[in-house]
Amino acid sequence: MTAAAAGRHLRLEGLAKSYGGAPALRDVTLDLRGGRVHALLGENGAGKSTLIKVVAGAVRPDRGRVLLGGAALEIGDARAAHRAGFRVIHQEDAVVRGLSVAEALHLARPLPRRWGVAVDWPRMRRAARAALEALGAGHIDPDAAAARLPTGDRMLVRIAAALLPGEGGAEPVLTVLDEPTAALSAMESERLFAVVRRLAARGGAVLYVSHRLDEVMALAHDVSVLRDGRLVWTGPAAETTKRAVIRAMTGRAVRDGYPARTGVPGRGVVARLRDVRTDRLRGLALSLREGEVLGVAGLEGAGQGAFARLFLGLEPVRGGEATLGERPLPRSPAEAWRRGVAYVPPDRRGEGLMLGGSVRANVVLPHLGGFAARARAGAERARAEAMGRAVGLRAAGPEQPVGELSGGNQQKVVFARALLGRPRLLVLHEPTRGVDVGAKWDIYGLVRARAAEGCAVVLLSSDGPEVLGMADRILVLRAGRQAALVPAAGLAAADLLALAQGGAAA
Amino acid sequence: MTGALRRGAALGGFALVFAVFAVLLPDTFLTARNLLSLSQQLSMLAVVAATTTVVMAMGDFDLSVGSMASLAGVAAAAGFAAGLPVWAGCVLALGLGLLGGLLNGVLVAVVGILPFVATLGTLTVFSGLAFVVSDGRTIFGRDIPAAFVGFARGGVPLDALGLAGLRLPWLTLAALAVAVLCWAILEHTAFGRRLYAIGGNREAALLAGVPVRRLRLLAFGVAGLGAAGAGLMYAARVASANPTQGAGLMLDAIAAVFLGMTASREGEPRVGFTLLGVAMLGVLDNGLTQLRVDSYVREILVGAIVIGAVGVATLSQGRRG
Repeated sequence: MTAAAAGRHLRLEGLAKSYGGAPALRDVTLDLRGGRVHALLGENGAGKSTLIKVVAGAVRPDRGRVLLGGAALEIGDARAAHRAGFRVIHQEDAVVRGLSVAEALHLARPLPRRWGVAVDWPRMRRAARAALEALGAGHIDPDAAAARLPTGDRMLVRIAAALLPGEGGAEPVLTVLDEPTAALSAMESERLFAVVRRLAARGGAVLYVSHRLDEVMALAHDVSVLRDGRLVWTGPAAETTKRAVIRAMTGRAVRDGYPARTGVPGRGVVARLRDVRTDRLRGLALSLREGEVLGVAGLEGAGQGAFARLFLGLEPVRGGEATLGERPLPRSPAEAWRRGVAYVPPDRRGEGLMLGGSVRANVVLPHLGGFAARARAGAERARAEAMGRAVGLRAAGPEQPVGELSGGNQQKVVFARALLGRPRLLVLHEPTRGVDVGAKWDIYGLVRARAAEGCAVVLLSSDGPEVLGMADRILVLRAGRQAALVPAAGLAAADLLALAQGGAAA
Repeated sequence: MTGALRRGAALGGFALVFAVFAVLLPDTFLTARNLLSLSQQLSMLAVVAATTTVVMAMGDFDLSVGSMASLAGVAAAAGFAAGLPVWAGCVLALGLGLLGGLLNGVLVAVVGILPFVATLGTLTVFSGLAFVVSDGRTIFGRDIPAAFVGFARGGVPLDALGLAGLRLPWLTLAALAVAVLCWAILEHTAFGRRLYAIGGNREAALLAGVPVRRLRLLAFGVAGLGAAGAGLMYAARVASANPTQGAGLMLDAIAAVFLGMTASREGEPRVGFTLLGVAMLGVLDNGLTQLRVDSYVREILVGAIVIGAVGVATLSQGRRG
């Protein structure tokens, strides 16, 4: 089977698509070969999403063909694409609440039946277990509640769902993974990579879309880069470098890495934790200085979220002493913002923005002033505009609804909000998730600039290199406990992982 | 772009309905007398709709405003019957409204019950209380003080405008005052802007420092207060109070807010457009009555128009599957 499948050659030929006169794809031709992982790279708005939609049949291209082994396939129809063996796994982590893993796997297909009507539960469970085991994800229980699984396992369940034998039991010809690791921890990502390799080994092609170049270069056999809807580079991964790929993506030489420090942490203590205990955290002891960037690392679910919420008053202190300035930590987000804590949440669409609201409304929200304060549109607009310029926001104007902006620009709106009040403590949770290379660099620059002015920064990120590149010191959490507090200088990603796993690895 | 189209269609639809009645009823519809009396009939609905807009700006509902209006009316009337002066009866009713609204707020914002369920519960409770207070009877006649009723019958004489014998009713002015107050609160205070932020994304609002719990509590308080005010106005206008007379206000108020939302920029509830929705409902009812359309058929038509308008607006926003 493998030999036959490996011969299957899928060609996307001359695809072009415009939205209202704005070209999203211009004459893109891609060759995808069975058994290989093909990375698709590009900044936000380069045309990756449109290409994926064409493959999924959600969008009909203006021109172009899809050829499988030389024969043209019907395009622009989601059912036909599914029948042809195309599977797309999107980055949005949508899980229907209340379903078991086995049910979630069968969501998009007929449930196995008995006597024509009743659901054949044992058969459904067996099918689910088989699909999971085929991916090397046999540790997931088919009877578990899908919504309660860790993020990484949910991703695996969705991949398994796409691979469940469909009508006729055909193997997928092409599996598209759109930003699968955006929400995963380092260890979960490793597990996913193993699954992706196994997926390719089964004979189908894998199209892998990600902003994380390190993982892409390690995983992919082939690399294609889109810029402004054009294919600007394609070829084997072995024949290019990360630096060359970045240049192809951005069209300019963007430095890979992190802006240099411009100052050293000051003397003044912004926040102090003395043996702090909460419902989810224990043994926290550290002081955060002015201008210091404290990185927080750990495996998924080690307590990073709780640590961020601690400074917002959403994780009540149960023991020990926790102060911000001279007073106890804030007891509500409202108090936190008033006292100079600014927060960038990990999920900008769910927790960060009012997508229907304007840039202005989103930026000034925490800074509206007292309860009965008069809201003055003119002054707000000026502040939002000035702040937008400071963070390099590209928007039509302060009244543009945030939902119309690209992901990177939406994140800049969240940053503009956080920086507007001149915070003394900036809590950043996954600040560059789903953000392209250019915007990432801008965001790192902003963080550095604020730190140089004396603002303390707590940076929580599942992107190991980001933590290492930006932080002065790193707090490693392990199962809610402070496992280590170490200077970042000289540390490598492997050291972090070892600290995060601790006893478990030994 | 589609937003502009939707708004245009909504405003055009309102204008069209108005124009149709003006043509079909040339002698009676577009007269100062008819419009003034219409404004008075609609004043209670306008008050409830304006304060309901405050709650709906947060994306919440208050189903209990109708029965709160009834309860406030009978409570004031019972107070009058027991010898309370006019001002004390009114304070009693408004206090009840505020308390009831805050109770809704506690159930929704502190306990965390869905607004639909919580206010459905209090709807029943308030309604039952209204029956208990009034003993199930209509309170009328000598029990209702003349000063109280006189307010609803009076108004600013419009002789100076060449409209001899006509008055701009106090009730209309009161409704306008409430609407302007709600407008100012929603559009021009930090409080109002935060309510819209809660409506946009409650979790994000909380994390951006909006005291979500407190503001929801207060907004429900405003809705309760508005309902009680409307109940008082109703009782004054009909010079009596019975335990069901406010019942129709709730559905009409929510319908008015929804109609208004079809014409606002982002499809969000705004007081000005809510008033337009109130006017639309009132004009439809008034016009169809004058055309001698059977009252049951009238209800069918009004319901169909509300569904039609909101349906078209929803489709044009393109938020399908």
